[in-house]
Amino acid sequence: MRLILEKRPERSRWMPFLSPLLAIGLTLVVGGILFAARGLDPLHALYVYFVEPVTTWWSIEELIVKTAPLVLIGVGLAICFKANIWNIGAEGQLTAGAIAGAAIPILLPGWESPMVLPLMILCGIAGGIAWAAIPAFFRHRFGASEILTSLMLVYVALYLLDWLVRGPWRDPHGYNFPHSVSFESWQLLPTLGDGRVHAGALIALLVVFTLFIMMSKTLKGFEIRISGEAPKASGFGGFSRPRTLWFCFILAGGLAGLAGICEVAGPIGQLQPSISPGYGFTAIIVAFLGRLNPVGVLLAGIALGISYLGGEAAQIELTGVSDKTARVFQGMLLFFILACDTLILYRLRWIGTGLATTTPKRGQA
Amino acid sequence: MSLVEAALVTIVAASTPLLLAAIGELVVERSGVLNLGVEGMMVMGAVAGFAAAYTVGSATLGIVAAVVTGIAMSLLFAFLTQILAANQVATGLALTLFGLGLSGLVGEPFTGLPGVKLERIEIPLLSDLPIVGSAFFAQDVLVYASFILTIATAFVLSRTKTGLVIRAVGINHHSAHALGYKVIAVRCACIAFGGACAGLAGAHLSLAYTTQWIESMTAGRGWIALALVVFATWVPGRVLVGAYLFGAVWIMGLYAQGLGAGIPPQLLSSLPYLATIVALVLISGDRILAKANTPACLGQAFVPDR
Repeated sequence: MRLILEKRPERSRWMPFLSPLLAIGLTLVVGGILFAARGLDPLHALYVYFVEPVTTWWSIEELIVKTAPLVLIGVGLAICFKANIWNIGAEGQLTAGAIAGAAIPILLPGWESPMVLPLMILCGIAGGIAWAAIPAFFRHRFGASEILTSLMLVYVALYLLDWLVRGPWRDPHGYNFPHSVSFESWQLLPTLGDGRVHAGALIALLVVFTLFIMMSKTLKGFEIRISGEAPKASGFGGFSRPRTLWFCFILAGGLAGLAGICEVAGPIGQLQPSISPGYGFTAIIVAFLGRLNPVGVLLAGIALGISYLGGEAAQIELTGVSDKTARVFQGMLLFFILACDTLILYRLRWIGTGLATTTPKRGQA
Repeated sequence: MSLVEAALVTIVAASTPLLLAAIGELVVERSGVLNLGVEGMMVMGAVAGFAAAYTVGSATLGIVAAVVTGIAMSLLFAFLTQILAANQVATGLALTLFGLGLSGLVGEPFTGLPGVKLERIEIPLLSDLPIVGSAFFAQDVLVYASFILTIATAFVLSRTKTGLVIRAVGINHHSAHALGYKVIAVRCACIAFGGACAGLAGAHLSLAYTTQWIESMTAGRGWIALALVVFATWVPGRVLVGAYLFGAVWIMGLYAQGLGAGIPPQLLSSLPYLATIVALVLISGDRILAKANTPACLGQAFVPDR
């Protein structure tokens, strides 16, 4: 007996929806086993990790704060990946956006005007676009792999941020701590009531809706899908590959930059050496879990947001569990989703060695 | 020991992890598979090597643990991409994200502990040579392993039937399959070799280059190794040259920081990453050179039609 992959006559209709759920289920099962191996009650541990974060309003607020950047970056990446363009440097684009947007309150601290916040957001988007334009240009002009160049620029952006907050942009009254001045009320995003949920969440929702319409109803969306799925057909159809490349990088970079400025002008409120717990990388998982579809990304963003919160909750409530568990769960989830996605195009079939002649063979019948 | 000699010794130490990982990935890519999980396998090798060496007190056992871990990680990738025909780019990214996460978790209790240092082995006569002696012939066993692996890989790929099969599978998997070669098996073996090499590279980081475990201590070296393979246009000898160039850039940054000279240390630290981008652009810009040895099936899934 052995297990083989058999191509389905056509794409499975249900697997695209089932596969993310299956992947989450498998992650929970393996997670439970791992907790049990550490001598914890698996059901209680999973409850603390994945359910408790959504039981109080305080933690739901925190979940929205964590989900907003994941969704903003995730939709941009989903569209890149859909077009078979591998921008994996969103973390750097987020950082560049945060730096560019924060330049206004840091360099012009006294300028109080309703113009400040919109300008910060625009600068943030521009910063992300500028950072994303570098790999796009190298890909277009020289054919250099965008995977490697966009990733290398993450390190460069993080070092640039580190230099700024320890050097020229350090708060002169900050007792030598590496952070910038704290932003004033007119430099911060408005919040919902007195809570921590800020306007970034609303922006993320708007972006998801707009991009959902673009991808499903417009010619641009068609161009992106066809460019990824059938590059030759797309070329014959008159769609330009470089144009898709630039469009995707600018879109994803701009959104990552927007997420960056929303973080520093939202929950953080200043520039500091670390502004993101790896949102740019986790958003890659969000994009895949969300089936590279804007609405799916929204749901996936919530799921990954819970994993961040659960990690923090587990560290406090469960003995011997570190918040680093979150990243293991996230990585595992991506493995499972990729494995389950195989079932969209293929089905698994047992073939017995002795019965091989009786099983109908495709192409030989 | 003169300053030049001291610099050479550190350059060799900094280049070895890059060389080991890049040689492994070169074989993987020659068989037509793109494994972007080098960083994840390397960091897992580093933590496994450190943990095993610390627990048992033997650096040799650390190396064994690192290799086994590297292979285990790579087989995860092989299962998904070869058996389940999953997208190689996405699976490689998953391997890196998973490896960075898991190594952080596994390594947490080992952070800040003094590790076991891999001993240097002086080769008689050769290690007494001026300038190059101490740098190349009085190093640890992994440095020698990197030289041997490079030469062996170059020989096997270009001079043996095994190498011919690997290259055939990478250039046209349908033809290779039609000739009766087991494409998937060849690729799985190459992926496992790549995992072993990445594990060795990780072991060198946590047992020789430094003797401690720091979270994410690979610092992008796995990605630079991937870039090196492109930079070397899939030729082992050029990987050696490239790895030493990058090791030199890395050490130059450290030396310049030591001298001070008013240059921001962050700029010097980002030099290897900037150099990688420049190298990629230069080599990719030359279309003829870049295309000459590129495996034609690189990154494409193969599902046999039985």
